[in-house]
Amino acid sequence: MTQTETVLKQEGTELAAVIDQRKKLKVPRYKKGDGLSALLFLSPTLIVFTAFILFPVFFSFYLSFQKWNMFSGDTTFVGLDNYIRLFQNEEFWQVLKNTVIYTVGTIPLNMAFSLFIAYILNKKIIGKKFLRTAFFAPVIISPVAAALIWRWLYDPNFGLVNYFIAIFGVDAVNWLNDPSAAMFALIIMGVWKTFGINMVLFSAGLQGIPDSYYEAADIDGAGKMHKFWYITIPMLAPTTFFILVMSMISSFQVFDIVYVLTSGGPLGSTKVLVFYVYEYAFKFFEMGYASAAAYVLFAILFAVTMLQVKYMKTRMAGIR
Amino acid sequence: MILNKKKSAPAETAKSILTHVMIYILAIITLAPFVWMILTSFKDLGEIFVYPPKWLPERLKFENYVNAFEAAPFGRYYLNSLFVASVVTIGQLITCSMAAFAFARLQFRGRNVLFFIFLGTMMIPYNVTMIPSFMVLYWLGWIDSFKALIVPGLASAFGVFLLRQFFMTIPKELEEAAYIDGATRFGVLRRIIIPLSKPALATLAIFTFMGVFNDFIWALIVINSEEMRTVQLGLAIFRDRYLTQWDLLMAGSVTAVLPILIVFFFAQSYFIKGITLSGLKE
Repeated sequence: MTQTETVLKQEGTELAAVIDQRKKLKVPRYKKGDGLSALLFLSPTLIVFTAFILFPVFFSFYLSFQKWNMFSGDTTFVGLDNYIRLFQNEEFWQVLKNTVIYTVGTIPLNMAFSLFIAYILNKKIIGKKFLRTAFFAPVIISPVAAALIWRWLYDPNFGLVNYFIAIFGVDAVNWLNDPSAAMFALIIMGVWKTFGINMVLFSAGLQGIPDSYYEAADIDGAGKMHKFWYITIPMLAPTTFFILVMSMISSFQVFDIVYVLTSGGPLGSTKVLVFYVYEYAFKFFEMGYASAAAYVLFAILFAVTMLQVKYMKTRMAGIR
Repeated sequence: MILNKKKSAPAETAKSILTHVMIYILAIITLAPFVWMILTSFKDLGEIFVYPPKWLPERLKFENYVNAFEAAPFGRYYLNSLFVASVVTIGQLITCSMAAFAFARLQFRGRNVLFFIFLGTMMIPYNVTMIPSFMVLYWLGWIDSFKALIVPGLASAFGVFLLRQFFMTIPKELEEAAYIDGATRFGVLRRIIIPLSKPALATLAIFTFMGVFNDFIWALIVINSEEMRTVQLGLAIFRDRYLTQWDLLMAGSVTAVLPILIVFFFAQSYFIKGITLSGLKE
């Protein structure tokens, strides 16, 4: 018997002894009968979930086919009427368009800026900790207060933004009352409020690129731009895609900052999808119609998420 | 590396200085709104409505804060917000760690399916569940009460997921010893798992607290009366009433931002971890 076999046999005996002992003592792990305790442990979460997530998801779908008066409790099945009405409603298309403009306007700016900052912070920089805190600070503060600050910054007469652009010879803009400027103002504020998240995600992605790649490129005499385009960018692809999907999901649901900064105005130029759902549900109490609008949003976001799942699968297959 | 031509030292230094200048300017621009908010909150209205803008106030006008607190019951809003955020945070730590323990350590039928459903719910947009959730609260007669602000927040798929992942990394030997000593499952969770999971619990706690304290839309939907308002809701309504009283509005904003900024300053890494994990925004 070799030494290894001896050790193995010894360990085997010990293991058998432990198992025997456990049988005798009825150790509860990995035994049947965990079901009841599992139910007990899960029940608080399950109750809240059923009432405020699971039931609502299905009920909201049901509601989208009903004309529902909340207070009298009267309800009539109307089939696809809510959806038909929705797609025939000009305001809905406008709102959808606004949401897309906000999303398309925010994401590239946000990603370019956050990648730039993350890239620089990945180098030798003095005071990194302070800088990271500074760039991340807008993320954590309340959207209501943030939007209020920006209302003041955008003030047409005394605001800092107009003062700043005047330095470059640009005329004062009535940011929040001019329908052609308000969406732009909202986008800039949106980027300021959220780029810190993407900066953190990009930083993590950059740190994950092995130094050896750059060293190999150095040996080949590659320049900085070369390295950035042919190593950094491709290596960051998974991070970038993740950020893109997450950003789309959250931009499509923007509400708080819109409510406080512009209230959807002027002339509905910044009214976004969630604002529309909110108005119909809680101002006009048209629960069925609002649910239909919410479900359209759900469908869009679901498609975006599936895109991500599919992409991840292709990537995995590619690696194998 | 050896072949890499080194640029001359002065050129490198100049470039490094330029990078520093640029990144610090960007940081200053990012922080400028905060600075402007704080400075404005201490100014007299006469100093606010001037062009070109005047950066520093003549003297710190603390009365703005007193006036803001007199114009609206911000003290009450504050208590409401702190109460709701604390209860939800503590509640979530309890419910999530219990559920996470079940998923990480107990054997039961349908465990994986149930966990998968949990993960799936993280994908559901807030405004799909918003309307029926409001109706549930309405049927229960809980509209305009603390219950409406607290109970729906007492469970979190994100929290369960975060803690479950952490619990899975804890070695099982410790628990086995405890079971042999006759400990119950709840005892094991309380005496072994929880004390070993402080970093994960802290992340969840800070993240939840921030989310609830900053929440606006839910409070907007379920709260009607003035004495039930949270800081965020109170501030948004305050805006409607004092449209251009920037001294009061900025004093109110400082009030609404300060607690989270202070916590952030001391526990930065937890915020960043939480936000990275959830990919949450807005």
